[in-house]
Amino acid sequence: MSLTLDNLNSMQIDVFKEIGNIGAGNAATALSKMIAKRIDMDVPKVNILEFKDVAELVGGPEAAVVGIYFKVTGDISGSIMYIMEKKSAKFLTSLLMSREMENDALDEMEISALQEVGNILAGSYLSSLSSLTGLTLVVSVPSLAVDMAGAILSVPVILFGQVGDKVMLIETDFIEGSEHVKGNFFLVPDEDSFEILLKSLGVI
Amino acid sequence: MGELVKVGMADMNCTKSPGVLTTLGLGSCVGICLYDTSTKISGMVHIMLPSSLQIKNNSNTAKFADTGIVKLLEEMQKLGANRSKIVSKIAGGAQMFNFTDASDIMRIGARNVAATKEMLNSLNIPILAEDTGGSYGRTIELYAETGILLIKTIGFGTKQI
Repeated sequence: MSLTLDNLNSMQIDVFKEIGNIGAGNAATALSKMIAKRIDMDVPKVNILEFKDVAELVGGPEAAVVGIYFKVTGDISGSIMYIMEKKSAKFLTSLLMSREMENDALDEMEISALQEVGNILAGSYLSSLSSLTGLTLVVSVPSLAVDMAGAILSVPVILFGQVGDKVMLIETDFIEGSEHVKGNFFLVPDEDSFEILLKSLGVI
Repeated sequence: MGELVKVGMADMNCTKSPGVLTTLGLGSCVGICLYDTSTKISGMVHIMLPSSLQIKNNSNTAKFADTGIVKLLEEMQKLGANRSKIVSKIAGGAQMFNFTDASDIMRIGARNVAATKEMLNSLNIPILAEDTGGSYGRTIELYAETGILLIKTIGFGTKQI
């Protein structure tokens, strides 16, 4: 039987949790340097969910969210995506650009700033993954979309859907003062890459 | 308005007039709406992938365009739908993210739409209307009383087909 998300054991899930933990730690440090303010984080949660339950995590299928998508190449291929509620995205940009939040809309500068945040986050996770596995990983430039959660999520869900009926995501929570920036991070290895990944992590 | 019946991702449902079928936040997936003009029995399936034949794990029939449509027809006929009076409307199949080197998987929306049309044609089910492609999400509602399909978006307006 081929290895998919539907039959991961608890040790394998723990490994992904650890990757999430280190990645989020690196990301929080990088963000904090960028804005010269303290950024805390909660311990990331790893969730393995059925398709139908995924959208509920980000406020339901019709909630406005920001998705930042990257392709990964190198020793393994796949995709990564970071998704956050639009108001969290807006708050992040106000921190980065030191300006007040006026309304809900995102202008070109803010979108560009978010792509940069996406770069930092993706880079942080991938470097933690790369140092744990010894694999060479290359990340593409980001592509960003603002739309309904269901529509944005359809992209990683379809990618996961080719091999199984479940998705894996890492919930992250960055904290600045009293504000929380909650996001979800999807790591989607292509079918053959999943096994390579787990092998190099030493859990199969 | 009748009862609102939700259809999730890789899921299907049927209803009778005056029921309303809805699926929220369609992205690259396609919402296939079948409607029997004689009995007003309607069905909706939210497919994610073009074909069950290319995938090893294909136990969920509602996940694929080919098996989803066939299964939905069966379910509607169980409710008493008249096979020869069934027509269709389709929506979705957007490309949510843009990359210059659009690989197969990035064009999954367009492939889903193509597979859906091919399947409907081979089953001789007329496609009355469609709202597909683009780069934005859609929420759709199918009204069993009239056969009207309502499409809502964020920033691209609302329309009826």
